[in-house]
Amino acid sequence: MTVMVSKPSPMGWVNQLAMTARTAILQNRPLRQLLSLVLFFGIWQILSSINFHFIINFQFLPSPLEVFRATIKFMTGNPWIHFWSSIQRVLWGYAIASMAGVLLGVLVGWFEVVEDLTMPPLEILRPIPAVAWIPLAILMFPNAETGMVYITFLGAFFPILISTIKGVESTLGDTVLIRVGQCLGANPWHIFKDIVIPGSMPSIASGLTIGMGNAWFCLVTAEILAGRYGIGYITWESYVTSNYPPIVMGMLLIGLMGAFSSWAVDRAARALMPWRVIKKQS
Amino acid sequence: MVTMQQIEQERRTTLKGSVQVEGLSVVYRRKQYENGVLDSIQLAIQPGEFVCLLGPSGCGKSTLLNVIAGFIKPSSGYVLVDQTPITRPGADRGFVFQQYSLLPWKTTFQNVEMGLRIQGVSKAERTERVNDYLNRVGLYKHRNSYPHQLSGGMQQRASIIRALVNSPSVLLMDEPFAALDAQTRHMMQELLLSIWDDLKTTVIFVTHDIEEAIFLGDRICTMGVHPGRIKSEIPVHLPRPRHFDDTLSQDFIDLHRRVFDCIREETMKSMEAC
Ligand SMILES: Nc1ncnc2c1ncn2[C@@H]1O[C@H](COP(=O)(O)OP(=O)(O)OP(=O)(O)O)[C@@H](O)[C@H]1O
Ligand SMILES: [Mg+2]
Repeated sequence: MTVMVSKPSPMGWVNQLAMTARTAILQNRPLRQLLSLVLFFGIWQILSSINFHFIINFQFLPSPLEVFRATIKFMTGNPWIHFWSSIQRVLWGYAIASMAGVLLGVLVGWFEVVEDLTMPPLEILRPIPAVAWIPLAILMFPNAETGMVYITFLGAFFPILISTIKGVESTLGDTVLIRVGQCLGANPWHIFKDIVIPGSMPSIASGLTIGMGNAWFCLVTAEILAGRYGIGYITWESYVTSNYPPIVMGMLLIGLMGAFSSWAVDRAARALMPWRVIKKQS
Repeated sequence: MVTMQQIEQERRTTLKGSVQVEGLSVVYRRKQYENGVLDSIQLAIQPGEFVCLLGPSGCGKSTLLNVIAGFIKPSSGYVLVDQTPITRPGADRGFVFQQYSLLPWKTTFQNVEMGLRIQGVSKAERTERVNDYLNRVGLYKHRNSYPHQLSGGMQQRASIIRALVNSPSVLLMDEPFAALDAQTRHMMQELLLSIWDDLKTTVIFVTHDIEEAIFLGDRICTMGVHPGRIKSEIPVHLPRPRHFDDTLSQDFIDLHRRVFDCIREETMKSMEAC
């Protein structure tokens, strides 16, 4: 009996390991997130190597390994000029969109006159996809660089604008909060800065996060206008020359930078709002 | 520095805080359909008096309080606070809401401080006064907490001093303790009475809890429905300061009976209407 207990069977040992692994994965959030990436690329690699073909055809798709090789090649060349060109365009477009979107959104949410005077044309422009703007961007701006900033601006502007308007409107609609201010003697300016602005912050922040992603989303479209540099430009150029692995590489790099910068905006917004409590199911 | 004692002195000498409601009616209009909520309300309140408005749900207690606060315009009649007609909300009428109403993005201290800041009181005096009031209700320790870190009772205590720190003429309270558990509610009632003993601010307190009305008030105004009006005014002559034990005294029980009979008829009426 004692021997049995002190020396568990091989199966018991394996079970125990599996159990430990399971709890480690269930408890550890970064590990779970890493796991999702490993699964994603792993499944893709498997589907590529067995030439999976059912509805979706993996036969002609570059496999993760081919993309990886293309990435190594790109990185050992001179990648920074491409990164830097793209980042600059996105950040300029995003910065202008944030300022314009929040400012106009607050005014539209607060003043009915501003809403009536600005929103009808903006509502018409809003559904137009960025790619449709390419010809006009060429005509409208003195150089391609400005045109590209304009396209990324468009991507970020509308989500920021709409979220800001909704945030201001919903705070103004909160009768109790407004009344709290009024019976403390607040004038419209106090109500605006102490109640309406902080009250719409969560909504503005989500607009800024979505806007950041959307600016990257529009990068390939914008860099159709580019002559030489940019991650989006490489993606588009590789398509024109039928060189597929760099396309996927470009897509993934844009995805990565978009995800990272959205995350950074989200973090910054949370740091500005220590009063918020977010409790999720674990 | 202005202490609670000084405020009390000032109030005793100037007798700030009279409220007069004259022929007040409120009609809500919805497409072609008129809903008379309040009908020629007549009410006179002395400076420093604690008046409880008691009535069944839907009789217009909140509406009456909102008119006095200046949130709603009456359809006819008027309200005078210290002989001045009310046209809009102002810091002279503090309000404590039934819902938790602290601003979520401000700490306890900042919430309580807000009224003084709006009035342009200097930083040093603000800090002094706010800390004085926070201490009074046992919230000093929690002055840097955000509302979501406070219990419901703490939030309501903060709401009460947020209104009182501006030394209003009148404190309007709309079922401020309705969301609290019975134990906390009793503690809050005693706390409110002890602050009121110091400040002697006029209080108009809305409730549908008979015991609460008797325990707190100098006078109970019961309200009737269809349309909303003051049905009877019952003075409460129980001695002050009052303690929770007093709710078991014979006087209290007799009064409870009397108010209950008064309210019952109206409650039945309001239920039939539903
Ligand atoms: N904004 C409004 N528009 C139309 N009718 C309203 C409005 N607010 C309140 N009423 C009506 O007025 C009546 C009185 O409402 P009020 O909120 O003053 O009652 P109450 O006595 O405070 O009730 P409770 O005890 O439930 O809070 C109700 O019948 C309600 O339907
Ligand atoms: Mg009410």
